[in-house]
Amino acid sequence: MNGRRLFSGSFSISDIHPAVIVTAVFLLAYPSFASDFFIFQIGAYSLILGTIALSLMMLAGYGGMVSLAQLTVAGFAAYLVAILGDNSMGVMGLGWPWWLTVIVAVLSAALFSTFIGAVSVRTEGIYTIMITLAVAVAFFYFVRQNYVLFNGFSGFAGVEPPTLFGIYWRDPMPFYYLTLAIAVGFFGAVYYGSRSTFGLALQAIRDNPRRMRALGFNVTLHRIVAYFFAGIIAGFAGILLVWFNGRVSPGTIGVDVAIDILVIAVVGGMRHPIGPFLGAVAFVLLENFAIDLIDRERFNMVIGIAFLLVVLFSPDGLLGLWNRFRNKVRFRGNALLGAERVNTDDPASTGSLKKN
Amino acid sequence: MKNFAERHTFWAIVILLIAAIFLWMIFTVWPDWLVDAMGRKKTFVNTLLNGITLGGLYFLVASGFTLIFGLMRNVNLAHGSMYLLGAYIGYEVADRTGNWFLGLAVAFIAVAISGILLQILIFRRMAGDDLRQTLVTIGISIIAADAMLAIWTGTTYQFSPPDWLFGATSLPIISVIRSSGTAVYITYPVYRLVVLAVAVAVGVGLWIFLNRTRIGMMIRAGVNDRDMLAATGVNVQLVFVLVFAIGAGLAGFAGVIGGTALSVAPGEDVRYLLASLVVVIVGGLGSIVGAAIGALIIGLAEQFGLAYFPTYGVVLTFLIMVVVLAVRPQGLMGGRQ
Repeated sequence: MNGRRLFSGSFSISDIHPAVIVTAVFLLAYPSFASDFFIFQIGAYSLILGTIALSLMMLAGYGGMVSLAQLTVAGFAAYLVAILGDNSMGVMGLGWPWWLTVIVAVLSAALFSTFIGAVSVRTEGIYTIMITLAVAVAFFYFVRQNYVLFNGFSGFAGVEPPTLFGIYWRDPMPFYYLTLAIAVGFFGAVYYGSRSTFGLALQAIRDNPRRMRALGFNVTLHRIVAYFFAGIIAGFAGILLVWFNGRVSPGTIGVDVAIDILVIAVVGGMRHPIGPFLGAVAFVLLENFAIDLIDRERFNMVIGIAFLLVVLFSPDGLLGLWNRFRNKVRFRGNALLGAERVNTDDPASTGSLKKN
Repeated sequence: MKNFAERHTFWAIVILLIAAIFLWMIFTVWPDWLVDAMGRKKTFVNTLLNGITLGGLYFLVASGFTLIFGLMRNVNLAHGSMYLLGAYIGYEVADRTGNWFLGLAVAFIAVAISGILLQILIFRRMAGDDLRQTLVTIGISIIAADAMLAIWTGTTYQFSPPDWLFGATSLPIISVIRSSGTAVYITYPVYRLVVLAVAVAVGVGLWIFLNRTRIGMMIRAGVNDRDMLAATGVNVQLVFVLVFAIGAGLAGFAGVIGGTALSVAPGEDVRYLLASLVVVIVGGLGSIVGAAIGALIIGLAEQFGLAYFPTYGVVLTFLIMVVVLAVRPQGLMGGRQ
């Protein structure tokens, strides 16, 4: 809807919800008051994890396909950056220019994702999670054992982002803005894409594949194309991840991390593309500050319990919790103000108590 | 079997041929050209036996997984955790009492009870919501892995089974004939043969239980149509609890068996979860026979991969899965969805 107004010219600044403006100003101004640790380790890292989780959210939330292999796709792109570009391990490192490396890595990741999709969409529902989990574990073991291409157990270190326009892109502030730009770009793309013909068809397929097939839609193709787009998102996130860490090893793409991504998406909420980012911020904050409260070793326990509680009591994550809370408040407001129409079935309406 | 031969004559012939070749390769003394091509016969026979016994172990783990799925449509991704929990509990009991068999029994019962608790406390509340159940099992496996790491630390444990289970025996298979004319027989660890025997016994036992008992009949009816079974007056929830107990108990049982054959360490849960997943994807979800066939194929593929192309063993397993999914998405023995 916003998009239509945007292109028809009847779009004005007052159509933007105040919360969006506040968030945008906060995100842009964030580096000006945060310390380097908060900019880099918290801010940029949350955005990267959020972007990977966004690719999962897009598949799971709109396509109904819970893929545990999105981190594997991101890791594949990260490995390609180390293999095609430069690294300090003396293995591979073909020294391609950075732009070519990035393009090839993203496209290969997207193709890899498409392949995973093609394998898993042959079956439906619960099988997807099993097959993608099997793919993730198999890739993890393969990378760990292959020394010729992937340098086995130790992986690659010394992977650097390029120095461009005189800026070293791994410095906290430039890197933060780089991840922010990519994350916001994909957020917008997914948000806009969910209202496109393709996005709507995908959501319809999620709800009733048989009916869509009967209507003449190619269900399998829609799903595979969704995997392709998710692969592009995950590929970019993987490149950011390897630049962020400076290294990539089998541990980067382990099953526990793949499940962390699922935890982030589920805890954040799969109904709206903002969910994965909320989940990622919560996850990274917990990861960094839970050690003040409990033993560092027991971090997984905290994450596991948080995940379990969310799945048990709020299936649509933090977003669902917020929506329910808001509806409650609004309901009270309505009771006082009389009839006011509220749009509860659209989670995208970040609605407020705006009174005319 | 007869049906299969009639409907898929070509594949029946191929399978028979492969079996014949394998049998010939096992029992004949290898001519020189074969040794040149494949390496020593001892390696081949050992790999084959390792593959079959590993398949037996995988079957023990995967049969519980597929049993639970078949009836409840619940993909229990905490199955690997149950395997590891059984191994640890069995180790503790065996270590304190000095009786390996007691450890085996306690592991079965303790993990079965944990399965019952899961079914009653959690899964019953969200019946019919497959995805949420699966997500819950992921949460449980994260917590369980961490709790087990806290209790048993990262140390690797080694069982000490009774002496007569240890050691090696010589098989009536000739490895090479020395120039002096004496035949060298192949020796093989007794324990691995025991694993295979246990797997076969469990498989046969499950088959009898499912096909020849009244409760088994109810379970099979439940697989076909849960609602209709409930309508005929059977307490379906009770059947669910029973099946969950058996499935989980088998995982714990396999934990002790497998833990004795290899070792017990953190990370084994993911390994056996992956094995179960691939086995049931290949064999067909919900089918015990499928689990047996899948376990055999995956066990053999893994061991032959390890022996003949070490780096790419995992890829071989994975390739099998992809090919099966491409040709027969519901698995080799899976019914139509």
